[in-house]
Amino acid sequence: MRTLDALIVESPVFKGLDQEQLELVAGCGSNVVFAAGERLFREGDQADTFFLVRHGLVALDTDVPNREDVTVETIGPGEIVGWSWLLEPYRWHFTGRAVELVRAVQFDGVCLRKKCEEDPVLGYDLLSRFAQVLVNRLQATRLQLMDVYGRGNS
Amino acid sequence: MAAATAETAAAVRGSMTPLSYRVVGKRRENHDNWTLELEPVADAIDKIGPGQFNMLYAFGVGEVPISTSGDVEKTGTTLVHTIRAVGSVTNALCAARPGDVLGVRGPFGNQWPLDAAVGKDLLIVAGGVGLAPLRPAFYHALAHRKEFGEVTLLYGGRTPEDLLFRRELERWRARLDANVAVTVDAATTEWSGRVGVVPKLIPSARFDPEDTVAFVCGPEIMMRFTALPLVDAGIPAERIYLSMERTMRCGIGLCGHCQCGPTIICRDGAVYTWEYLEKWMGVPQL
Repeated sequence: MRTLDALIVESPVFKGLDQEQLELVAGCGSNVVFAAGERLFREGDQADTFFLVRHGLVALDTDVPNREDVTVETIGPGEIVGWSWLLEPYRWHFTGRAVELVRAVQFDGVCLRKKCEEDPVLGYDLLSRFAQVLVNRLQATRLQLMDVYGRGNS
Repeated sequence: MAAATAETAAAVRGSMTPLSYRVVGKRRENHDNWTLELEPVADAIDKIGPGQFNMLYAFGVGEVPISTSGDVEKTGTTLVHTIRAVGSVTNALCAARPGDVLGVRGPFGNQWPLDAAVGKDLLIVAGGVGLAPLRPAFYHALAHRKEFGEVTLLYGGRTPEDLLFRRELERWRARLDANVAVTVDAATTEWSGRVGVVPKLIPSARFDPEDTVAFVCGPEIMMRFTALPLVDAGIPAERIYLSMERTMRCGIGLCGHCQCGPTIICRDGAVYTWEYLEKWMGVPQL
């Protein structure tokens, strides 16, 4: 059976961390499974966790008044769900829903924040890695907003 | 000299004269895209290849360049074109009914370099109606499956309702010898597929970057945002091919409307390498 640190090192977010750092991060994680349709978290709730998706697809949904609920993004294997645990006010901005059976590693954000405060080298490294996740999401969102397939664009 | 000039003039006249084609089939792909099947009334144009286009003429309205979207190895002299109704000419073409006659000039432009992908992984990335010009290349790869390594199609659309060739996509996804991933930019929670831009599919696609040829077609900005991560993934710029679109008029490189840097797209393209295009795509308003 593979240990959590061996599992998470395959993710681009944690790739390159040294063994000691990996064990520190993995110490805040546990394996979780969600059935299709199950909620991982709800918009507005306290965000004290995040997830590394190992299998399946997680949708980030939001409730739009007078319209059907909208999925703003889906996140697949190897990707991270959730950065709200890292920055105040630590609240989920969207609802996370398992589109299909999801296997993931769930991390305790409070535990990891504490370790980051105690070990600023790890803290800076993790912050840089999550900043990259945020930048990638921001760029993708900008491209989505351009509506490149709309009339006049293709 | 005079003979050569006369020969050239005759060739130009030939390529500028539309041949009559009858609409023999018509299928609605989504709310604004139609696929037409056309058969020659008398003479047929030369055989069209994957990536090439014809000038389709709605008599009395005008002419537009439309890529072939059919299985060119199977359709014989029948032409298959998928058209998005966005302007007066394309609206007229999409309004054509079986039995109606359209004008056709072509085929024009170069082809997807499928020979360059033989023995390698083939990665096809399509955005929006950009799937139509790539479909003949994908048909070819499936028909000659043993010639390629991994064959992958990544397709991004605006919404689930905007996706082209839905039934075919479902059939392709069910195949065990090809990898097909689809994503949309916006969806309600009813959609059980991926949501996000098509470049997001690249990191999880199966290909060996050192031994991969990529074909990309879609809106120019989508192609730019796709080529960059393909290069980041390790695919050399000279093995990333993109199909360019510009206003085309003559189709034979005479009028210059579709100039892109030192080349004329209708004559020298529309398929170019990223190695060539990166510089010109960076020029504002070009």
